[in-house]
Parts: sequence; structure tokens; C-alpha cells
Amino acid sequence: MRPGVLEHGYGVGPTLLFRLIRLVSGRPVPDAARVTFYRRDFYGVQMKKFTQETMRGHSRWSVGDRELMAAYVSKLNDSAFCVGAHTATAARAYQDRERVAAVLADLDSAPIEDELSATLRMLGKLTVEGTLTADDIRAVRFAGVSPEQIQDALAVGFAFNTTDRLANAFAFDVLSQEGFDAGAKYLLKRGYR
Amino acid sequence: MPAEDVKRSIHQLLVDRILRGPGQATANQRVQAFENAELPEPLRGLIDKVATRSAQVTDADFAAASEAGFTDDQLFELVICAAVGPSSRQYEAGLAALAEANADTELG
Repeated sequence: MRPGVLEHGYGVGPTLLFRLIRLVSGRPVPDAARVTFYRRDFYGVQMKKFTQETMRGHSRWSVGDRELMAAYVSKLNDSAFCVGAHTATAARAYQDRERVAAVLADLDSAPIEDELSATLRMLGKLTVEGTLTADDIRAVRFAGVSPEQIQDALAVGFAFNTTDRLANAFAFDVLSQEGFDAGAKYLLKRGYR
Repeated sequence: MPAEDVKRSIHQLLVDRILRGPGQATANQRVQAFENAELPEPLRGLIDKVATRSAQVTDADFAAASEAGFTDDQLFELVICAAVGPSSRQYEAGLAALAEANADTELG
């Protein structure tokens, strides 16, 4: 990671924890997790709370739907790390890799529910153009999505528009497919705490 | 409007912390990075890329900012502010559009 302090500037506690995890799991701690331990009071503490509540808290969207939104937003932001991580997590949550691949290949032709499709389109517009109008929201409501679901999806947008930028700027190491699959298993079992 | 949303409160705490809490970059620099405005070069180049086209950030962007005297800890803070700023504006624009659409529904 860059700047250099994100590679070697952790205190004794996190450094030992990273070593222990590597010893037990046989894999290094992914950079997305490591960075939340760097001066965690500055960013990591609040961002982990936000992401946990958004991705695993109460919502009418399933965990798979929310992970798919994360993967979709990350694709639009060209974040290879986040696309890999959340494609694997959505696929594992749904037990369906093809569904996730179809959405990422072409949203318009993907065989998914109208509610989810309209919501992904809304998040795509917000990510690319930076804003939404009330008419954009009305279109999603018309597809059958509740105001609470829109609110929940906008939170996924915030979390991943932020994390994608950090993954790119700090240059998170892109994992192998096995690494992403192991990470997905962890994120479904333990969440973002 | 949907009922109270804990996510929005946590978002506000996060923004308050990175902009107004203790840090090694000045509060003014952190606000400028968050707003992607008025920073001197070479910091401006790095911050603008993080905010608008993060996939194009390079080692050279960090090296230029370091040579200008910014420490790794200052760059850590300023990059986070530059990442959170645009996402916060998007989030708030989305929530405002939702509130506007809901106001119509509730009236009509």
C-alpha cells in the first residue's frame, strides 16, 4: 500500500494481530481490513460501524443484494480490489455466481427482479454523474422499491464510493480468486466489524 | 420520510471526525481536500484524482506530494477526506431527491 506508512506503520497490537491471522488462516490480512487499523480513531472506527450497519444491519434488501450493489458500484469506479471482493461475497451469499456475473456484464439484460435492477441503475447514475433528481427516485419507487429500501441502497453507495477511492488511491493488493473467496466467507460469517 | 436512520447519524460522526477532530494535516487542508478545492500543487493533482478518477492515482502523485513536504500521515488524512467528500455529496444529493419525491407522495 501507499503511502509507505500503511505498509509498516502499525503499532504492536495490530502487527501481532495480522501475524496471528496469517498464521491461523494461512493468508495475509487483505489491505481493505488492514487500513481500518491504521490510526483507527481517524477513520476506521466510524467507517466500520457505517459499513456493518449498511451491509449487515436490518434492511429489506438481502445481504446478497447489498453485496451485489457494492460490486456494481465498484465496477463503475474501476476498483479491481472491491469488484473482486464483493463479486465473490455476493456470489457466495446468493449461492449463484452466474447471477452476479450477468449483472456486472450487462445490467439491462441481466435476469434479476425489477426492484433490484432499478435500484442498481439509480446507484449507477449517482456514481457516474454525482447526483440524482426526484424523478430518478420516482422511477425507482415506480418499480416497487420502498423509500426505506432507497435509503438503504444510498448508504451502500456511500460506503463503496468511498472504499473504492481508497482502494485505488492506497493501492490495495488485488487478491487471487482463492483469496477473494476466503475473504467472502469471512465477510459473510463475521461482517465488517 | 423513512423513520430515523442510524446510518445517517454514523455518517455525520465520520465526517465530523475527519474534518474537525485531531489530525496532522490542518483542519483547513482537510476541508479543502474534502471539497476538492483550492489546494496548491502538487497536492491538488493527487487530491483531484482521488476525488474524480481514483483509478488513475500513481506512485508519482504520492512522491510529488511527499517531496513538497507532506508526511505520510498527512497524506493518509487528506486522501481519506478526498475520498469521503464526493461520496458524502452524492449521498446527501440522493437523500435530498428521496425527500423531495416523498414530499410529493405524502401531499398527493
